[in-house]
Amino acid sequence: MTSNNSKELLLEMKNIHIDGFSDERWHKILKGVDLNLYRGEILGLIGESGAGKSTMGKAAMGYTQPGCKIIKGEVNFNGTDLAKLTEFEKRKIWGTKISYVAQSAAASFNPAHRLMDQTISASNRLKINPIDVLKKDAVQLYESLQLPDAENIGDRYPHQVSGGQLQRIMTAMAMSPRPELIIFDEPTTALDVTTQVEVLSAMRSIVDKFNTAAIYITHDLAVVAQMADRIKVLRYGEEVEEAETRDMLSNPKEEYTKSLWSVRSLIKPEETNQDYILSIKNIDAAYGSSKVLHNVSINIPKGKTVAIVGESGSGKSTTARVITGLLPQLKGEIIFDGKKLSPKLEQRSKEELRRIQIIFQMPDTAMNPRQTVDEIIGRPIEFYQGIKGKEREAKVIELLKMIELDETFLDRLPSELSGGQKQRICIARALAANPDLIICDEVTSALDQIVQEGILKLLQKLQKELGVTYIFITHDIATVKAISDEIVVMYQGEVVEQGLKSKILNPPHPDYTELLLSSVPEMDPDWLTNLLNKRSS
Amino acid sequence: MLRLTLGLVTVFAFSVIIFSTFSFLPGDFATEILGQSATKSAVKALRAELGLDKPPVTRYFDWLGNVFQGDFGSSFSGRSKVQGDQGDRSREVVGLIIPRLKNTLFLTGVAAMLAIPLSLILGISAALYRNSYYDRSATGVSLVTVSSPEFFTAYIFILLLATLFPVFPTIATVDEDTTLVERFYRTALPVFTLTLITMGHMMRMTRSAIINILSSEYIEMAKLSGASRYEVIVKHALPNAWAPISQVIAINLAYMLIGSVVVEYVFNYQGIGRLMVGSVYNRDLPVVQACALIFASTYVILNLIADLIGIISNPRLLYPK
Repeated sequence: MTSNNSKELLLEMKNIHIDGFSDERWHKILKGVDLNLYRGEILGLIGESGAGKSTMGKAAMGYTQPGCKIIKGEVNFNGTDLAKLTEFEKRKIWGTKISYVAQSAAASFNPAHRLMDQTISASNRLKINPIDVLKKDAVQLYESLQLPDAENIGDRYPHQVSGGQLQRIMTAMAMSPRPELIIFDEPTTALDVTTQVEVLSAMRSIVDKFNTAAIYITHDLAVVAQMADRIKVLRYGEEVEEAETRDMLSNPKEEYTKSLWSVRSLIKPEETNQDYILSIKNIDAAYGSSKVLHNVSINIPKGKTVAIVGESGSGKSTTARVITGLLPQLKGEIIFDGKKLSPKLEQRSKEELRRIQIIFQMPDTAMNPRQTVDEIIGRPIEFYQGIKGKEREAKVIELLKMIELDETFLDRLPSELSGGQKQRICIARALAANPDLIICDEVTSALDQIVQEGILKLLQKLQKELGVTYIFITHDIATVKAISDEIVVMYQGEVVEQGLKSKILNPPHPDYTELLLSSVPEMDPDWLTNLLNKRSS
Repeated sequence: MLRLTLGLVTVFAFSVIIFSTFSFLPGDFATEILGQSATKSAVKALRAELGLDKPPVTRYFDWLGNVFQGDFGSSFSGRSKVQGDQGDRSREVVGLIIPRLKNTLFLTGVAAMLAIPLSLILGISAALYRNSYYDRSATGVSLVTVSSPEFFTAYIFILLLATLFPVFPTIATVDEDTTLVERFYRTALPVFTLTLITMGHMMRMTRSAIINILSSEYIEMAKLSGASRYEVIVKHALPNAWAPISQVIAINLAYMLIGSVVVEYVFNYQGIGRLMVGSVYNRDLPVVQACALIFASTYVILNLIADLIGIISNPRLLYPK
């Protein structure tokens, strides 16, 4: 690539203002953001949720979601202002000149059509090449994206292939008409780290191969560091800073950018003991006829944090369901505080139920949207401890203080809280039962990194004050490093290993642990290249 | 397969309910025929002949056994009041029902041919131009037609198209000699009525099924890949909407059949609905039971078909992993 070529401007967005309509009024989503993209270049767009990065990415196509509108600004693509085009004119550019890769491939493929038909639908619209040429080309794209059985995978329906494969097929679909620009909108966020590595490398190599320009939207810095030539940081609909990837990683200028970098600095000294509050022994469990847990044994030391890690389908959440009694085990036993727990929820005493609480991944769906904070936290107090009236209210306020909120939150509904606040309320609700063991099921995965840090700190503080034990289920190794004493690695329904954090995280590893740990993206822009070299050698 | 068994069980359960309901009805057919002045022995003899003296359970199984062989028994009416009279004019229920059923199926069939495509087109176009004046007026009018009872709609049609502008006849009497064209002409008003009362519901459900799907991510994806509005609706939304749409069509076809009871009465059409009403009036148990069973089975069969369409149109069910 000559330097002259690399400086040819492909997309120029000037002073973009976008408003969105929600809660009966218009909000400003983007407040005057500029963006320049040159041919063959990859620009990373990062920020927390609500920063407007997705809106910006879609605006690059001249598209806004229903309920949003471009108030001001120009989107010059190859010299045409997309913001001024009619729907009909834009459709000639969408899917063919600019294509889009969505976050959730599983939801973004039409379940009623075969993958091949969807892959070539946009290029077929161009009417340049006959269908069989397009199909042949698609198979080649599948091959270069390292999809298994590239010849026939297109005959399948979306539900018949895995999430990682779907994401790669969507990349093939975006690439099929050889667009000049591809918008990647959080394409790997929904994937496991082990799958993410494969998808990232496939996407990067194909974008390189055709020298396509791309905008890569993500909230994960380590991921964007592997993909982008330049990074732009957005916050509250405004640009924070923009720089070449290496410059930004080594020398971030703004405070906010630095704070994004430093999130993973949380460290906890490990401790353990032999006083187990919970032991599960040789557990087998199944959903219907498909067995998902095989002979799982885990010990949970009292007052400590045990992290259960593994990719989706490894059985970590199922283990939590067995412990809570939501899914009775087929075989094996659960010993809680020296006593055997009955497998079925209905057969456990109220006291046993009180002592084990769970916090869920999605605070949005885990709370009744019609109940106020007071009711949400107050109910377990009343139910388990029989405390009512004034005393109950005092208790609720005490819990709110514990989670670093105050009594002004009492009358609020979940919809009036931010994501982090919602998760705090869920923590308070679990604490209201005064439990000995709290199962945290991916409690931070739906949150932004800065908010995650706050929640993790809070959980640590509460453990110190109350001596509560945590089982921390997660797929995020950074979280594990931050919070755990012991780690259990699970894979395909079996325990790979259990031990102290230092032992699990340091070599030698069993094969699977090695794969899992090495797949966690690092802030080093050469990480992916090095990893792939290492794995192929 | 499971659905098929379930359907059979449902029909079976219906037959129990139908049978027992009529057994619990007060009064007795024997006294009804013979009149208040009949001697006890005459009543007893007639009861024995009709099998009314046997316990209900035995009677039920006798009836069910015969039904399986296609024999719904003989109609009670037309039976001679004098025992042993050779001039017994009672008729086989099957012979009584089949021509009437044909008439009703003709009526509802024509109405369905009219209502289904119309409501699909209206529903899809309303979804396409959501919140436009067209959409609002279509949904508004459909609400009115759904809400008005069928006899009311029928009388409005009579008023408009038969009295004020005498285009169609008010009486839809047909017999076996009526030609097809003549049939269409005579049944126009009842067909319009049935079409109108069911179309609103189907149209609204089609519209909402499509709109529901329009908010899913793969629709946004389709738009971003340059699909036109028409393509988005017909190629991307509609294939995923068949299951809910076929459900609502099934319910409405069944409703049409039931609605025909009233409509046939209003237009004096010789269909199964009229037959049933008349038989209830005369306490002609075998006929009423047969009609009720036919109605119930129609419901079950139509729903089964809808389920099948739901399965066929959904690759997730058709091709498991």
